[in-house]
Amino acid sequence: MAAIEILNLEKSYLVGFWHKRPKLALRPLRLTIEEGEVFGFLGPNGAGKTTTLKLLMGLVFPTAGSARLLGMDINDPRVKSQIGFLPEQPYFYDHLTARELLNYYGSLSGVPGKTCAARVEEMLARVGLGGSANVQLRKFSKGMLQRVGLAQAILHDPKLVFLDEPMSGLDPMGRREVRELIQQLRSEGKTVFFSTHILSDAEALCDRVGIIHQGELRGVGAVAELTSETKGQVEIIFCAPSVPASLKGLGAEARVSGDMVSAVLPEERQDAALEALRREHLRLISLAPVRSSLEEYYIQKLHPAAEQLEQAKGAGA
Amino acid sequence: MNSRIRSIAFNTFREAVRDRVLYNLIAFALLISAAAILVGEISIDIEHLVVVNLGLTAVSLFGVVIAIFIGIGLVSKEIDKKTLYTVLSRPVRRWEFVVGKFFGLTGTLVVNTFFMALGVFLALLYVAHKFEKADAWVLAALYFIVLQFLIVCALSLFFSSFSTPLMSAVFTFALFIIGSLSEDLRGFARMTPGLAGWIATGLGYIVPNFSAFNVINQVAHGDAVPGRLILLNTAYAVLYSAMAVSGAVLIFQRRNLK
Repeated sequence: MAAIEILNLEKSYLVGFWHKRPKLALRPLRLTIEEGEVFGFLGPNGAGKTTTLKLLMGLVFPTAGSARLLGMDINDPRVKSQIGFLPEQPYFYDHLTARELLNYYGSLSGVPGKTCAARVEEMLARVGLGGSANVQLRKFSKGMLQRVGLAQAILHDPKLVFLDEPMSGLDPMGRREVRELIQQLRSEGKTVFFSTHILSDAEALCDRVGIIHQGELRGVGAVAELTSETKGQVEIIFCAPSVPASLKGLGAEARVSGDMVSAVLPEERQDAALEALRREHLRLISLAPVRSSLEEYYIQKLHPAAEQLEQAKGAGA
Repeated sequence: MNSRIRSIAFNTFREAVRDRVLYNLIAFALLISAAAILVGEISIDIEHLVVVNLGLTAVSLFGVVIAIFIGIGLVSKEIDKKTLYTVLSRPVRRWEFVVGKFFGLTGTLVVNTFFMALGVFLALLYVAHKFEKADAWVLAALYFIVLQFLIVCALSLFFSSFSTPLMSAVFTFALFIIGSLSEDLRGFARMTPGLAGWIATGLGYIVPNFSAFNVINQVAHGDAVPGRLILLNTAYAVLYSAMAVSGAVLIFQRRNLK
């Protein structure tokens, strides 16, 4: 069963002094995400990621279209007990402690009293806040608030979790912990839909990604497929103070960094290049095929015209 | 009351208390103690009248100011700080949120009024050295003040469901002032012919009739409060605040939380 079915969901706001001028925030969006999938929703700031999430959470109302979560209409109140949501840069009730806040959210989600208390302790430990459970949230750092946000999103054991920029504002350690949490959710069979503009996170975590720009879904693809395509080139890294002339003769694009050289050249010239390194007694560090990256796919979808121009230039040369 | 409304109401109350809203009680306690001591020194035979008048007026004003200033931020603060997002993404209906907030604020005001009432009675005991039977009517006046708070809370919630906090404060305070003078407004309407008279009559009935809740002077003189008035005022306050809260719900149901 599809966990998320978005059927031509569209949103425009009326702006201007008289609220007469429509401004399109999301063009008709059609997207299906299967159960158990980790889906990354990528796009620059203001692309329409948060608008899509708000529409799915019922925080804003669609101008047209509809959506179904876990087979139920987004307006069906029953669906809300099976979803978890972390908003971007979450902010909570200042004067509550982390434990009180989670108990509050547990009661709103309909988690029975005793189960709720046990779940709260479990979640606090899971996000590493067991020691700060009785501290008021106004004394929390941004990273700690993000952890509380994650804890409240998964407190009621939802089947479907929406995370809006979950890594934003976190230090490298915090980002790693969030990545691990998302991986745990995946292993528990949850569906995770998260928005981000950090491509390395998406590449590391997602089964599929969707690219959105200016309110329009530009493309959807499986990360494994996108990053497994080779481009008919290899990258050779070896120790040398400068680029040997023999390698230049093979048409390699080389960069020197310290006493290391990285050279990219066509696959068919790989043997000749290795032979040249052997002749000059240079130490080989690595040799790997050059693969497509998510970043290239992202840029191609964001600026298709620029990418085509680049390709045309390459063909001409 | 369902459990979600109860949780939201309790959380609103807890936030208000921890946000030092009840600190106003200190100012009130100082005011009423100073007044009692002063009155004890300078008044002869009218200590009771002055303390009841001053005490109940202070209870009313302190409460209205709190009702307006918390009420206008109840919804807008939650939208601005995005705390509402994590509430409404749960099985909480929008009307439950608004009603929960309303009960939370009225609960805060009832507790606040209880402590201020205690202060008034202590001041009365200080100046008169004993309670009289007529002092029981002070409780009726306090009950009417609480009913007024119910309406003010509902109005501030209503205005804050579509307006900025500043404008909501202005609207609610303006309605409180006009409502307190509604008897005069109706008197003016009766004497004014034509369109102006019609408008004044309409306004006189639309604005909350706070003057009907003001029995402070009456109880200060030891006069009784008729049971019929208690009944009518209760029905009026419940109906008026229910309408204002319903209006807030209707607007909030359609609001995009941008």
